[in-house]
Amino acid sequence: MSNPNTGAHNNNAGRQDTNPIEYYSFRLTRRSLLKAGAASAAVAIAPRHAFGASDATATPAPEMANVTLKINGETRQLEVDTRTTLLDALRENLHLTGTKKGCDHGQCGACTVLVDGRRINACLTLAVMQDGAEVTTIEGIGTPENLHPMQAAFIKHDGYQCGYCTPGQICSSLAVLSEIEQGIPSHVTLDLVSAPQATSDEIRERMSGNICRCGAYANILAAIEDVAGGRKS
Amino acid sequence: MKAFTYERVKTPAEAATSAQKKTGAKFIAGGTNLLDLMKLEIETPTHLIDVNGLALDKIEPTPDGGLRIGALVRNTDLAADARVRRDYAVLSRALLAGASGQLRNQATTAGNLLQRTRCPYFYDTHQPCNKRLPGSGCAALNGFSRQHAVVGGSESCIATHPSDMAVAMRLLDAVIETVDPNGFERKIPVADFWPAPGNTPHQETVLNAGELITAVTLPAPLGGTHIYRKVRDRASYAFALVSVAAVVQKDGSGRVALGGVAHKPWRLEEADAQLTNGSQSVYERLFASAHPTPENEFKLLLAKRTLASVLTEARG
Repeated sequence: MSNPNTGAHNNNAGRQDTNPIEYYSFRLTRRSLLKAGAASAAVAIAPRHAFGASDATATPAPEMANVTLKINGETRQLEVDTRTTLLDALRENLHLTGTKKGCDHGQCGACTVLVDGRRINACLTLAVMQDGAEVTTIEGIGTPENLHPMQAAFIKHDGYQCGYCTPGQICSSLAVLSEIEQGIPSHVTLDLVSAPQATSDEIRERMSGNICRCGAYANILAAIEDVAGGRKS
Repeated sequence: MKAFTYERVKTPAEAATSAQKKTGAKFIAGGTNLLDLMKLEIETPTHLIDVNGLALDKIEPTPDGGLRIGALVRNTDLAADARVRRDYAVLSRALLAGASGQLRNQATTAGNLLQRTRCPYFYDTHQPCNKRLPGSGCAALNGFSRQHAVVGGSESCIATHPSDMAVAMRLLDAVIETVDPNGFERKIPVADFWPAPGNTPHQETVLNAGELITAVTLPAPLGGTHIYRKVRDRASYAFALVSVAAVVQKDGSGRVALGGVAHKPWRLEEADAQLTNGSQSVYERLFASAHPTPENEFKLLLAKRTLASVLTEARG
């Protein structure tokens, strides 16, 4: 990753005094020791890519590219290293830090944003690939003075504890209700040829790409159901 | 992540030509697997060819009653297509059983077929892996192999292909269409797409350098009852331990393909022929050459019981 320290604290909550990279090496070393005996202790000081595909010393110069994004209705032009993910462009270049970096590998959903109206993991797309796209982040959904109904519902139902996953949860939940309205089926849709309904089972399944380490799932579900119920009536 | 140059291309031929000209080039479409691997420096392309601008995002009927799915059709759109839901339900079901809503919105049909294994030793650059670094060895053989292949593997590699979609594509006898840098087009049956790992597990598909997938074609609908049953450690958003895709006709004949057990979707015609003789006969044919590790032996029993359950359900 282009900046391994950025936002990595979420992987390390409770170990704030630990450098995330050292922590990672420590884990690997410990496991290697358990698996293969003392010989593996050398892993801690071995090159990072002992069996990697590339020579870690050969670092080519960055390639820069111009990107235009329409973020929350505003057109922004950036010059970015081609390696910059949409997530890093939002947070580091545009300082829209509402979108969070959790795992940085598409597993946790903290970075969920809407691109051209569809939810995606901002960590798994490059900014250059989104040239010309319309991006909606949590900052474009509502403000403290003017909350979106979904944000208000999360507050009303206490749909978070630490709040780190919440921007992703809210972006995802808006997309979930939109996907149901568009008739997109899910794994739990019983009848593939009928329109799906915003039942609790459907919402649970469709929200499975957003992890909440505090375990606020029941209240997140209640918040989304509240908004879905309001939409239906 | 290693630095790379980046270009957008307008036609499949342009993409394939560019890939041939630049060593270390890779195509990128959804990017959900490639970027993950680039961050870990398991994939280190020096040049990315963004193929998202190619007009390969349509699902069109074919003259013989099938469907031609563009390589760039997103997993969400393929699963939600009314024709797929009606005539190829097993494909919709398989797609919807995979990944998360966010990932399905980005991931493409061709990219899904080309995704790499999720073997933890492939992902761990401190460990030997014959896929990642040919000749370095396989840490999975004597490692934690609960998730790994029970059939079709070799002494060099016991990785599984992680796709759900591919299992349904194999069941439906889908055909992959490609174009190469010389403009030559060819059709590859999904059945022939992933060679056995043997002692060259890094050669994961039969694609040549610079060859680009343009579409995946489904033959005319089979009718029958379509089922995709995925058994996994969580109810959602997890890779299969075992999955079973089935199309079963009223007379009990049909076909089955399994995911999570091999380097490719696992289907044998001789096993299909046993469908009217009950699931035990099907299971015995499918796994006659099984070679599990002590850690993943359970997959055989799981596969047997999942097959039995699916075939019982199919017969109503």
